[in-house]
Amino acid sequence: MIDREVRELEKAVEQIWEIATVKMGLDPFPVNFEIVPATVMYEVGSYALPGRYSHWTFGKAYHRMKMMYDFGLSRIYEVVINSNPSYAFLLETNSPLQNKLVIAHVLGHVDFFKNNHWFSNTNRRMVDQTARHARRMEEYEFTHGRKVVEEFLDAVLSIEEHIDPHFFIRKESDDQDKKTDKRKKEGRYDDLLTKSELGEDESPPTASEERARRSKVRLPEKDIVYFLMKNSPALEDWQRDVMSMLHEEMEYFVPQMQTKIMNEGFASYWHSRIMREMELSDSEHIEFAELHSGVVSPHKGQLNPYYLGYKIFEDIEKRWDNPTDEEREKFGRKGGEGREKIFEVREVDNDISFLRNYLTEELCEELDLFVYELVDDEEWTVTEKRWERVRDQLVANMTNFGFPYIEVADGDYEGNSELFLMHRYEGVEMDIKYARKTLEYVHKLWGRMVHLETVVDEEPMVLHYDGNEHTED
Amino acid sequence: MSIQRNDWSLQRKGLIDQERHKERVRDAIKKNLGSIVSNESIILSDGKRKVKVPIRSLDEYKFRYDYRKKKHVGTGDGNTQVGDVIAREGQPGQGRGPQGGDQAGQDYYEAEVDIDEIAKLIFEDLHLPYLEDKAKQAVQSKTTRFTEIRRSGILSNLDKRRSILENIKRQARETGEARLGRFKKDDLRYKTWEEEIKYESNAVVIPIMDVSGSMGEFKKYIARSFYFWMVRFLRTKYDNVKIVFISHHTEAKEVTEEQFFTQGESGGTVVSSAYRLALDVIQERFPPGDWNIYPFHFSDGDNYYSDNDEAVRLADELIATCNLFGYGEIGEEGASSYRRSSGALLSIFKDRLKLQDRFVGVRIDDKEDVYPALKEFFGVRGEHV
Repeated sequence: MIDREVRELEKAVEQIWEIATVKMGLDPFPVNFEIVPATVMYEVGSYALPGRYSHWTFGKAYHRMKMMYDFGLSRIYEVVINSNPSYAFLLETNSPLQNKLVIAHVLGHVDFFKNNHWFSNTNRRMVDQTARHARRMEEYEFTHGRKVVEEFLDAVLSIEEHIDPHFFIRKESDDQDKKTDKRKKEGRYDDLLTKSELGEDESPPTASEERARRSKVRLPEKDIVYFLMKNSPALEDWQRDVMSMLHEEMEYFVPQMQTKIMNEGFASYWHSRIMREMELSDSEHIEFAELHSGVVSPHKGQLNPYYLGYKIFEDIEKRWDNPTDEEREKFGRKGGEGREKIFEVREVDNDISFLRNYLTEELCEELDLFVYELVDDEEWTVTEKRWERVRDQLVANMTNFGFPYIEVADGDYEGNSELFLMHRYEGVEMDIKYARKTLEYVHKLWGRMVHLETVVDEEPMVLHYDGNEHTED
Repeated sequence: MSIQRNDWSLQRKGLIDQERHKERVRDAIKKNLGSIVSNESIILSDGKRKVKVPIRSLDEYKFRYDYRKKKHVGTGDGNTQVGDVIAREGQPGQGRGPQGGDQAGQDYYEAEVDIDEIAKLIFEDLHLPYLEDKAKQAVQSKTTRFTEIRRSGILSNLDKRRSILENIKRQARETGEARLGRFKKDDLRYKTWEEEIKYESNAVVIPIMDVSGSMGEFKKYIARSFYFWMVRFLRTKYDNVKIVFISHHTEAKEVTEEQFFTQGESGGTVVSSAYRLALDVIQERFPPGDWNIYPFHFSDGDNYYSDNDEAVRLADELIATCNLFGYGEIGEEGASSYRRSSGALLSIFKDRLKLQDRFVGVRIDDKEDVYPALKEFFGVRGEHV
């Protein structure tokens, strides 16, 4: 990118910031925009956070993204990091107008990050934290061998989504526990002191102490990663540390997974409103119109979160700006409150409540939403058009970020320290082949027999894995 | 608010992890050679150098829903009705929303692999067994090897490492300090090479394929996969191995390589016809005194009953003239080995051949058996007997 273009972009950033904050009332974190080549864009995109630890799955994602880009099949326009200040990446080969749209879009995201309730516990210095994680991971690779760490990561990553989205609540109470813990904190000269000098009890825990510890374990436990990290008899300290790092990174991603539709819809709504205020040439107007309609277009047979979220936000604006007589009477809407309402929604909702509260019958019809499923193992067929059913299906599919809801039901199954996982079946069966393979990973983490109860053909079924063989009953 | 142009490329994380991923792919290929060897996209690659093969062990397993048993939500173009079919199975990726965690559809990872690379892995341990020195030595390969270091030579063959070492040694001698200094002509060392001409014994391989009516798609495919790798293996490892292709049903004839791999099937099976032709070919063109001879025969073993005695007699005769006789019997797809019919040729050979030690018979019921068969025929065994 030549300097003149950079200066033009600098001016645009100032202008867009002015429009967004002063005129529109957005309240984002400050943003550092980085102009980067495609390789960097895809690197940040595939790791979701810059400077993360190494793992082959990131390399796989990077390779796929780069291929798609090289073949002209797709391109990422923007990557934005939720931190304070935020980082956003602009592709150096984007046209000036594309970058302006991206800047406006990014400010929407960053406002959302800052003000949406579900992000209120996010670590805003996560980039520093991931860099620390990456360094620690490197040390572990050095000490224990790359393959060993990699294989362990394979296992943890297989269950990484199974954490408690409200984990921060527990973290606070855990911290309280620590304060009352009599044991001294780890000091840097500990290795020079004897255990009695350190005040540590040298005798192993008695059976009653062990029972007491177990009784403190809360069951059922939704946070499988946390449970294994705390209670697995098979893990070494470094492995528990790796799990805590991955858990922490997942805590950062969870709010984004919970607000995908809202976040993209909100950013798209704002880029369109902001760009309307910009002075654009005729050709830029056309370029903008094309780009915008590309971003918020329906993908036939699929669900484009940008499109769905954008449509709902526009509909909210319309309904609160110009309420019907009934709405005025029944809900006391005064009219002209569209923008105010939008800001309120961005503050309190997540995707599930957003869809429940604001996806209306009219909207379902306009978007031509439908439920489809595989019929006779052959044809993907539309099976439902009634709007409430469609909405409920949509909400159901988003529950638990689209993953089966699985809990630890018992960590001492049959008094034998075996792990019993329970799938809370809600009408959709699990992929059994994948479940078996994942159980192998869980076994690696737990070190003893693992079980998973689920439902197949409407009958309960328990999968077992003992480290060698899969059985079921 | 700022615009910056920091050089983020210094991290190069993506490239490093891409390399880790590639390593995983290579490991997975090694572990899956059995299924890759007989993969259609390779056998039918028609000279393409890179092919895609599914590699299961690179999946990222998670607890997930069964995509095919789940209800999905999509958007239409305005007048979608209940009952409309929006996609058919077999079109993976259809109707997938971009929501995280719902990325099912394709349930295995397809890696792009280089056929040459796979070939290298497969051929690593293979060779022509019982190869003997014969009177006429024609098989030769010329290799260049850098064998010596000299003080003079041409600059392009400068051995930098040794030259630097010499320089440091001289500095140490002269100044007492072992460090790199100005170069003198004396420091320079050059590599020189020798041409090595390797003589190998003459060898002829005679692939024989049953193309009778009972050789259905699967059986033909198995024979074809085996010979695909065998021919490739011979051409890679040996500079000058002769290959004579023979196909047979009730009659046998010598065919070109192309005919051999593409011929359609018909008629009954008279195995002895092929062995007689092979013996004729050997007698006329490849006298055993001068040649190492390797006939390989693939058949479903469904020989005419009345021909079995003759087939055994000629097979013994073949074995007596050649280094190794390989026979592969292809079963029905998925049939387990104990179901083999007792009247089939393999069991007859195993019972009645007089010269068992130069006979290798294998049974193939499954695509995965092709790789073990290759190893069985061309694997390490008591050579130089």
